[in-house]
Amino acid sequence: MNSVILRAGTRYLVGLLLVFSIYMLLRGHNEPGGGFIGGLTGATGFILYAIACGTRDARAALRVAPQTIAVAGLGIALLAGLASALFGDAFFTGQWLFLGGSETEKGLPLSTVLLFDVGVYLVVFGAVLTLVFAMEEEL
Amino acid sequence: MNAPVSESAAPAPRGNGWTGVLPVLLAALLFAGFASMLPAISAGNVLRWQAEWVPSLGISMAFLVDGLSLTFALLISGIGALVLLYSNTYLAGHPQYGRFALFLTSFMVSMLGLVLADDLIVLFVFWELTTFTSYLLIGFSHEAEKSRRNALQALFVTAAGGLAFLAGLILLGFAAGTTGISEILAQGDALKAHALYLPILVLLLAGAFTKSAQVPFHFWLPNAMAAPTPVSAFLHSATMVKAGIYLLARMHPALSGTGVWLWTLTVLGAVTAVYASVLALRQTDLKQALAYTTLMALGTLTLFLGQESGYAMTAFATFLIVHSLYKAALFLVVGCIDKATGTREAELLGGLGRAMPITALAAAVAAMSMAGFPPFLGFIGKELKYAGALAVASEPALVAGAVLISNALMLAVAGVVAFRPFWRPAGGPLPRSPREAPWQMLAGPVILAALGALFGLYPDVLQRALVAPTVVALSGTPSDVKDLKLWAGINMPLILSVATFVLGLALYAGHRRLRAALETAFSHVPSLDAGWDRFLQGLKALAAWQTRIIQTGRLSQYLFATFATILLGLVAGIVARGLPPLVPDLAGTSWIHVALAVLLLAGAGLTVGSASRIAAIAALGVVGIGTALVFIVFSAPDVAITQLLVETLVVVLVALALLRLPALPRDRFRPAHAALATGLGATVTLVLLAVLSAPLDRRLTNYFEAASWPEAYGRNIVNVILVDFRALDTFGEVAVVVIAALSAYALLRTTEGTRK
Repeated sequence: MNSVILRAGTRYLVGLLLVFSIYMLLRGHNEPGGGFIGGLTGATGFILYAIACGTRDARAALRVAPQTIAVAGLGIALLAGLASALFGDAFFTGQWLFLGGSETEKGLPLSTVLLFDVGVYLVVFGAVLTLVFAMEEEL
Repeated sequence: MNAPVSESAAPAPRGNGWTGVLPVLLAALLFAGFASMLPAISAGNVLRWQAEWVPSLGISMAFLVDGLSLTFALLISGIGALVLLYSNTYLAGHPQYGRFALFLTSFMVSMLGLVLADDLIVLFVFWELTTFTSYLLIGFSHEAEKSRRNALQALFVTAAGGLAFLAGLILLGFAAGTTGISEILAQGDALKAHALYLPILVLLLAGAFTKSAQVPFHFWLPNAMAAPTPVSAFLHSATMVKAGIYLLARMHPALSGTGVWLWTLTVLGAVTAVYASVLALRQTDLKQALAYTTLMALGTLTLFLGQESGYAMTAFATFLIVHSLYKAALFLVVGCIDKATGTREAELLGGLGRAMPITALAAAVAAMSMAGFPPFLGFIGKELKYAGALAVASEPALVAGAVLISNALMLAVAGVVAFRPFWRPAGGPLPRSPREAPWQMLAGPVILAALGALFGLYPDVLQRALVAPTVVALSGTPSDVKDLKLWAGINMPLILSVATFVLGLALYAGHRRLRAALETAFSHVPSLDAGWDRFLQGLKALAAWQTRIIQTGRLSQYLFATFATILLGLVAGIVARGLPPLVPDLAGTSWIHVALAVLLLAGAGLTVGSASRIAAIAALGVVGIGTALVFIVFSAPDVAITQLLVETLVVVLVALALLRLPALPRDRFRPAHAALATGLGATVTLVLLAVLSAPLDRRLTNYFEAASWPEAYGRNIVNVILVDFRALDTFGEVAVVVIAALSAYALLRTTEGTRK
């Protein structure tokens, strides 16, 4: 679609959507959001970019092939599940680490659960873009 | 018949380096390890190892060494070492020798696991491992079409039997309440009275008979001779085909003694023995002839396992060892002949005795054992076979007759395979001028043949070391062990032995005329092997036919089938279970609910009725967003967001795809589709109303609400369930997402390529 307005607007929208998608991913454990929604939001940003500027530019901006991202996400999710084996727990038992915790604050929570959600994010993001790019190029 | 083709090229100068030597050392070490257990086992002890494997199912990595498993383990590791040594020279310089050695060693280890396993599941795992490794070995010369086909045939037959076997093992474990084999064997009487006894027996026998090539599953074994000769010597004489025999022997204490067991094993064993020995005489390819005599041996072993008398058990244990020794030796001899002359064709070979004296000697000694001449071990084995046959409870004359015929034929075949090529004046022109095989290839035949002779002279050694413990493992009582004696006085077995010699020598003298007669006789018998090919063709045709019917390639038909199936399933459920009274509670309905319903209905109506695709897509979007609004109204924000995003993406994707399709046809009313859509909508509504009329089970909800924060540190229960409580499910789902995306990508790329 050859539209100057859309292209100009897209530059800002893509960035916003990506930041928002990561926000959705991170808040997901306590508020509405999560890896699935985050991944979809992020993918929407790049779909917009592809519609405005073409898939060639969108692929160039992405730098990595979307199917690679999807597979990497699956690998990360698997790692998050396997990590519990190091601590002698069953497959996919969440492992938590609280950074800088005190009496009142429990600190910054880091966990394999978050890592798993990042994997889900990348899978959804990569898989949707794989499909959309392929269809746009095909049609 | 297929003309026998030499599979080995001229002797290569190069060896195989460490890949050739290491497996031999490994096998020799294993043999030494098992040999060191001999004193303990001969003394009547049993060794057992156990490690937990799946404790929740009561399955453990349990291994047991008793007389039966040690006899097998010694045969496997000992013959394995000799065969690996032999192969290293036989296939010297073969570009894929590393692969061969790996396959053969893996097979040996799997086979050892099989005979040592003391748990049904462990046994099955090793059982299947031998199936797969033997597939790889039979198909080792994978450039040859025939070799691939025969490997696949062996795999299909034995793996099909393996499936039945697995079912039988599971039933057996279920009936006995344990998967431990020792425990199962201890409760034989309870098992024989169990209601599941017959199904268990039938399924286990299916596994054993396919593996051990009993009639009517025998046809794959001669075809498996497509494997290199050392493989045939190892798998198809001494070890793999005996896995089924081993299983029957292992289960003998628990399952034998019933009429079904007795008659099935006796009849099929006898039929296999006689049929195979007749066919053996018909072969002119030495390797094929040996293959059929192996069938005969397997049939005989099965026959004796059908019985319970001490003579039958002793005959089984002795003949098992006798056969492994002479058969492996003769296969290796045939490999030497093949290597030296370039052919295995009986009618071409002759006069090799002068050029290959050591091979000839080993062949002669092994053949004497096979033919059952004194003072070789084969003679003792044969005497015991007759004693065992005469001890058969029901039809001793019939069984003894079958054994007599097959033994006489065996004698004739031993002459054809191991005597004639060396000592008749001269045969036809040979592709290569023969010379003696190198020591690595002679070691196997010479040692194995010598053992057959030594044990013949000192049978009490073998009796104490292996035969007695094996018989005890089979029947449980030491009094069942019968003596292994060269001279047992003039008795019925001796008379039958003399009859065997007379009949056998007569058959050998007339074997060429007999062969011609058999050739004409069997040309009218339908071949199971050809039937196998027809069966596979039929299967493929059926697959092609049903694919043509089902896979029409039209998306609308696929969708119709999918939704019609859902509808049928739902209707069947409703008819079967009935519907509770449906009283929708409309008390809390507000204007916003009504507005949403109107929006959704309008969207659906527009989607169906619109004349343009783009309008239909937009209307479909309205339905989707309306659904998202429903989720928001009923406070499920996560689901609503997901729905909204997915809906947006779907509209984008569908718009991309549909815009390229041709314009909608003007008259597009499809009554069947309309009826299906209406029916499905109405049924789903009914089901939803029925679901809502039942009180909601809140146990899971309560658990997740209570556990989400303290256990998973998250307040968004939906997300905590997705990434923590049910993370494995989510992992499966994202894996499906990746697979779907990659497949769609591949499909789109393919069509792009073909279009341009």
